[in-house]
Amino acid sequence: MSTPRNALGRRAFLANALVVTFASSRHALAQDQDKKLPQSLARTPELDAWIRVGADGTITVFTGKAELGQGIRTALTQVAAHELAVSPGQIDLVTADTARTPDEGVTAGSHSMQDSGTAILNAAANVRALLAEAASWQFAIAPSRIEMRDGAAHAPDGRQIGYGDLAASLSLEVEVKLDMPRRHGGKPVIGQNLPRLDIPAKVSGGEAYVQDMRLPGMLHARVVRGPSDGTRVKAADIAAVGKMPGVVKIVRDGAFMAVVADQEWRAVKALNRVQAGGWERPSPPIPAADLRETIHRLPAQDVPIFDYPGPAPPADARSIRVRYSRPHLMHGSIGPSCAMALWENDGMTVWTHSQGVYPLRKALAELLKLDLEKVRCIHVEGSGCYGHNGADDVAADAALAARAVPGSPVRLQWMREQEHGWEPLGSAMVVEMAAELDGNKVASWRHDVWSNTHSTRPRTAGGLLAGGEVDPPFVPPRPGPIPMPEGGGGRNGNPIYALPNAHGVFHFVEQMPVRVSALRGLGAQMNVFAIESFMDELAFATDNDPVAFRLAWLKDERAREVVQRAADRFDWRRRGAGGGGSGTGFAFARYKNLASYCAVAMEVRVDGDSGEIHVPRVVAAVDSGEAVNPDGIRNQIEGGIVQSLSWTTREAVAFDKTHRTSFDWSGYPILRFPSVPGRIDVEVIDRPKQPFLGAGEAAQGPASAALANAVAHALGMRLRDMPLSPERVKAALRPAPVATKQAAG
Amino acid sequence: MITLTVNGQAHQVDVDPDTPLLYVLRNDLELNAAKFGCGLGQCGACTVLLDDKPVFSCLVPVAALGARKVRTLEGLPKTLPAAFEAEQAAQCGYCIAGMIVRAQALLERNPRPTEKEMRTHMAPNLCRCGTHMRILRAVRRAAEAMGGGVREEARIGAEEK
Repeated sequence: MSTPRNALGRRAFLANALVVTFASSRHALAQDQDKKLPQSLARTPELDAWIRVGADGTITVFTGKAELGQGIRTALTQVAAHELAVSPGQIDLVTADTARTPDEGVTAGSHSMQDSGTAILNAAANVRALLAEAASWQFAIAPSRIEMRDGAAHAPDGRQIGYGDLAASLSLEVEVKLDMPRRHGGKPVIGQNLPRLDIPAKVSGGEAYVQDMRLPGMLHARVVRGPSDGTRVKAADIAAVGKMPGVVKIVRDGAFMAVVADQEWRAVKALNRVQAGGWERPSPPIPAADLRETIHRLPAQDVPIFDYPGPAPPADARSIRVRYSRPHLMHGSIGPSCAMALWENDGMTVWTHSQGVYPLRKALAELLKLDLEKVRCIHVEGSGCYGHNGADDVAADAALAARAVPGSPVRLQWMREQEHGWEPLGSAMVVEMAAELDGNKVASWRHDVWSNTHSTRPRTAGGLLAGGEVDPPFVPPRPGPIPMPEGGGGRNGNPIYALPNAHGVFHFVEQMPVRVSALRGLGAQMNVFAIESFMDELAFATDNDPVAFRLAWLKDERAREVVQRAADRFDWRRRGAGGGGSGTGFAFARYKNLASYCAVAMEVRVDGDSGEIHVPRVVAAVDSGEAVNPDGIRNQIEGGIVQSLSWTTREAVAFDKTHRTSFDWSGYPILRFPSVPGRIDVEVIDRPKQPFLGAGEAAQGPASAALANAVAHALGMRLRDMPLSPERVKAALRPAPVATKQAAG
Repeated sequence: MITLTVNGQAHQVDVDPDTPLLYVLRNDLELNAAKFGCGLGQCGACTVLLDDKPVFSCLVPVAALGARKVRTLEGLPKTLPAAFEAEQAAQCGYCIAGMIVRAQALLERNPRPTEKEMRTHMAPNLCRCGTHMRILRAVRRAAEAMGGGVREEARIGAEEK
């Protein structure tokens, strides 16, 4: 048992008694296997920072993570309700707010259940134990004889005391202790498909998003920018714009400009008037319409990803070397980024859908030259973001606009063209794979990946668009590679397979021809696409079944089970022979090799005339540890598969020398209903008492690779460059020399 | 002053005549459901019914409504919203109001569409979270609840040209 980080004073003796009492309990907190405080608790160890129990029995739970549509509000509520032995309806969950909640950094990287879920699980177990301890005093019986359920402590003789009354007699201003036993017995809340708490408002026109906020005296603003990063609007007749009906203020600071109006449409019209003056590009020209070759050629810093030892391959080993790539991708939120800001009493309050309210507060404080305490950032849901989109930038835009109209809340939303033009993109990437085969065994493996950074999330004013526009401008921070095991461009570059003599290098390209940052999965989608395509190519070269080939190199038992379950559910053994436009594909990865396991099997039909890829059926299996809300996990995996199919079959951001030409949905088409799969079945493998593993990004890589493998099976030739667009399919089907033949050794 | 009928109620609003219906619904009538997505008629987040036809409210100037009656999600029967809730057919949910309104137009016109008709009908509306499978399930469920049903085809996605 670990020692409390500080003495519990008068309760110390009893706490020890409790430890003895619970030591015989079957389930210690498996989440704490490594016996040190989980990250979020190490940063904020005080119980009352996570959970408060009011005198009326109301329970408030605090998380530094944010609801992004991934269902975290519901899952965290379930975790708290389960451990506290109350119904979910008794919990009021407060999400990311710099004035109220713990600082849990950014809601990203499929970390929310691992970080906040684990923190709340531990905190709730602590609170329940303290409440039971208080009840044992009142009942004058041992805590082990007390049943905690439905928000009250129950004695065997029928006496009961509500949590509110118990809470009045104790303080939660204590540090969390590890190894508190988990609740056992009673009605489970974890593992149930609790309906999402946020959905009722979303299907009924409730106020569900920051876009829906209306504050008294609110003004509407639009920010003025050129069409994409690196451009600016030409000088316009600002005085004339200022005289337009309803225009309240034109806010200027250096190159930053926003128009503030009494009505939203009038702000839009003022914006259009300013933009009618045209734009220019003061920055160097964009080097190419598709930047993957540029990224591949630019100077790079070599960062090792992994080195697995092994004997040198024999001299007569067969060598296979291929290259895979993806273009720049867009987050493409359906709702353009939006924020509300209010400047009053020398303080700035910003309602934002940023994924990181604390880092944003720091950046805004620097931008506005304010003390940290004078800036409050409150998370309110926005449209799904899938990474670092315009959320932080628009918060800064709104704050600068609001500072010009003290006392008036300002709602600022980007236009569609601004979201498409200015959101930081997911970097283009190139992967070169090489292997040597000794008979039908892999004797060496080499993975080289080239990419820009995968995070320019703002932590300073220079990380915000407006920060580079105000006078004097703030310098953007220098990007760097994210270290393994999480990795950025190297994420999932280390294969989960037990391969000998295997090595990987991330060639980090610092120079960014266009603005990039974190997109769902970072480098994992490209690396898994490459590894899982290559595994299929090697299986083909050695005349192995792709699933059997994977299993031959897979030692992790949970990984094997996920692969096996997906294959069985798909009935992989009875799959067709492939060819003639019909094919099946399989792919697997464990996200970051430390989060969820996900296998995807897919059936495709390729229309040779149109080049369109149809997907009649997809089967997936996922292991995310203890499944708090299985349907929520299923929803994330289904969504990840569909989004990944969109990325992989049709998405590529396009440029000309002066700007990003994918400025709306016509220039950046995404998957629509007629092209989504016929069916998707997801099997969730529950692992009770195992640590929570994030699932939000687990499907992106496997789905992309399963598609590519199915297409290769259908066509008898492999497409290695994303997207597998109708144009690329048709080009591949044309007679040589265009087609790339399947690597056959 | 411009007069318009929304969800059976007449309203007078004091806005510029070129103001798109979407802005009037959201800002003047304080109806949240229809969302600004693109302002270009490309994504369907702003979908409302004009009489019985789904339209992009971001493209309709309020002064051009004439006598046509506007229906938004807030004024629709609860069959579809209940089906979306039952199927947990949302992730971020920003597109969902537009999805429900467009599906309502389909099921009012034809409560027994084929799977392909349903998918074609829903094509103008974009979802970025990839909730499509659940949205389609919700529409199927609502069709059944309305006494109809979506007719399966042999192999969706497998049909050749």
